[in-house]
Amino acid sequence: MAKSIDVSDLNIYYGDFLAVQGVNMTIKARSVTAFIGPSGCGKSTFLRSLNRMHEVIPGARVEGKVVVDGQSLYDPSIDPVAVRRQIGMVFQRPNPFPTMSIYDNVLAGNRLNSRRMKKSEADSIVERSLKGANLWNEVKDRLNKPGMGLSGGQQQRLCIARAIAVEPQVLLMDEPCSALDPISTSAIEDLIHELKSDYTIVIVTHNMQQAARVSDETGFFNLKATGQPGQLVEFNPTKKVFSNPDEPATEAYISGRFG
Amino acid sequence: MSQTLEKKPAPSRDAMPLSGPRMPGSAPYLVAAAALAVGVGLGMILGGGLIAMAILAGLTFIVGITVWAWALEGRRSGVDRLVMSVVWAAFAVALVPLASLVWTVLSNGIPALSAEFFTYSMRGVIGDEPGGIYHALIGTLLITLGATVISVPVGIMTAIYIVEYGRTARLAKAITFLVDVMTGIPSIVAGLFAYALFVLIFGPGVRLGFGGSVALSLLMIPVVVRATEEMLKLVPDELREASYALGVPKWRTIVKVVLPTSLSGILTGVTLAIARVIGETAPLLIIAGSTDSVNFNLFADRMQTLPVFIYYAYTQPGVPPDPSIERAWGAALVLIAIVMLLNLLARVVGKVFAPKTGR
Ligand SMILES: Nc1ncnc2c1ncn2[C@@H]1O[C@H](COP(=O)(O)OP(=O)(O)OP(=O)(O)O)[C@@H](O)[C@H]1O
Ligand SMILES: [Mg+2]
Repeated sequence: MAKSIDVSDLNIYYGDFLAVQGVNMTIKARSVTAFIGPSGCGKSTFLRSLNRMHEVIPGARVEGKVVVDGQSLYDPSIDPVAVRRQIGMVFQRPNPFPTMSIYDNVLAGNRLNSRRMKKSEADSIVERSLKGANLWNEVKDRLNKPGMGLSGGQQQRLCIARAIAVEPQVLLMDEPCSALDPISTSAIEDLIHELKSDYTIVIVTHNMQQAARVSDETGFFNLKATGQPGQLVEFNPTKKVFSNPDEPATEAYISGRFG
Repeated sequence: MSQTLEKKPAPSRDAMPLSGPRMPGSAPYLVAAAALAVGVGLGMILGGGLIAMAILAGLTFIVGITVWAWALEGRRSGVDRLVMSVVWAAFAVALVPLASLVWTVLSNGIPALSAEFFTYSMRGVIGDEPGGIYHALIGTLLITLGATVISVPVGIMTAIYIVEYGRTARLAKAITFLVDVMTGIPSIVAGLFAYALFVLIFGPGVRLGFGGSVALSLLMIPVVVRATEEMLKLVPDELREASYALGVPKWRTIVKVVLPTSLSGILTGVTLAIARVIGETAPLLIIAGSTDSVNFNLFADRMQTLPVFIYYAYTQPGVPPDPSIERAWGAALVLIAIVMLLNLLARVVGKVFAPKTGR
């Protein structure tokens, strides 16, 4: 069910600005892949190019290939909407729908696509997704209250629940724990472990311990130099990256001797 | 931070003067009372009228409170009082015409109001027989409804194109420009346009209520487009992205996420656009014409409207003129009341449909 992703020679632009250059990697199915790297090096940009969210920004474009399950995502015959149904995403900043209740926010992926379902089915999806995102206990008594009334961290977990409610093949998470306390963070990490058995997960994080804890493979992104595009410096099994990295730059970044 | 502190230890750092002479909280009232006395006194001595007294009192107040504050509390406070009193004065000046207008319309219009006034038309009414504005009320409501039915879909969809689809396209820029131009069309030109259009279809001398709707929609569409455009631009891109990322197609994202989020603002804009056109006279004079009888059919024959009724009742009152002129004031009062109700409605609608953020 889960899919692997092959990226070859990917260049990502914002207009004329080359943000990320020459990425090659294979993201394995049913595994967790973490991206680390300094701020502004293009992790979010790269992540968004994996489910064709990048092109939503006016003037943004991509060169190169992203192949999922034998299909090239940027082929003209590919429908970006279909891609996004299979490859879900949690954004760096929480973005619940302000007009919807907590309940409706979780079901948004189904409801907005007019998928018909029974009340009982809907209820169970909501409960399962919210439990997965470690939010159920906090909101189970006010599911019909607006999603915007939650705290920032709760909103982030609501967005995670919303993303897993549609059961995508691949889940892209952009710093999902950056606004969360250690307890929720560990709940999300447990969720990632659980999901790994049938999802492919890609996570961006600034937390080295988190990368080391949850991921099977780690990619280190860095700017070539200030003002230069970002690039993938190293991509290796997490154990190797954190114990014996190929590149001195990776070692320097991980051990905090950076820049 | 600590370095700069060490470098230049200001001598006054030991002292921390937070207190000084302050004006009493009642200062503005005291000055106002004094200014009023001065204004009335000087006015009587110099023989000026009420207006002169008011101006004198206002100036005295501004000067008085500024000087007092400056002398007692210092320069900053003086300037503060000066600017504040000037702002208040400007506000009062702006309020004068409004208050005067409301007062005139109320005092002249209220005597005209009665059950007959709202339920009788002017058909066959001569002199001071009971007559009313029923026909004009029906005409105004129907014609405005027609204009709304035309303008709202066209306006909202144009705005959706501009904001959601045309972001960087030349066409969108051109449309925005044209909409701005349209905002400035004189209403009489809109009336002539509608008249010319229906003459092409029905021949010269045509009069029909729907023509009025077309003319008014010409004035309404740019307002709706502008209001909707601004509201749609306020919807953060993150919401659109959240929807796309769930595999929701663009059109569904617009219908189910973007529009609901901005619904309250759009409805407010639409209501204000209606309020804007409901009092239009010139175009209706041309294309909807004037009549004394009730007409429920937008698509045939003349139709009376409130503004046109007011115009004729006042300029051609007949003999004796008084009942007709009284009816004109009554109709004006009703028209203002309708506009005010629409404005209130816009506020209520805005509140009800605003995205809920609380718990
Ligand atoms: N919408 C945009 N338009 C133009 N340039 C952008 C846009 N978004 C990001 N960039 C640029 O692309 C580069 C990569 O940004 P990106 O958001 O991918 O960084 P990041 O690695 O996710 O950083 P962080 O860790 O702070 O989230 C940066 O130089 C940034 O300025
Ligand atoms: Mg980022």
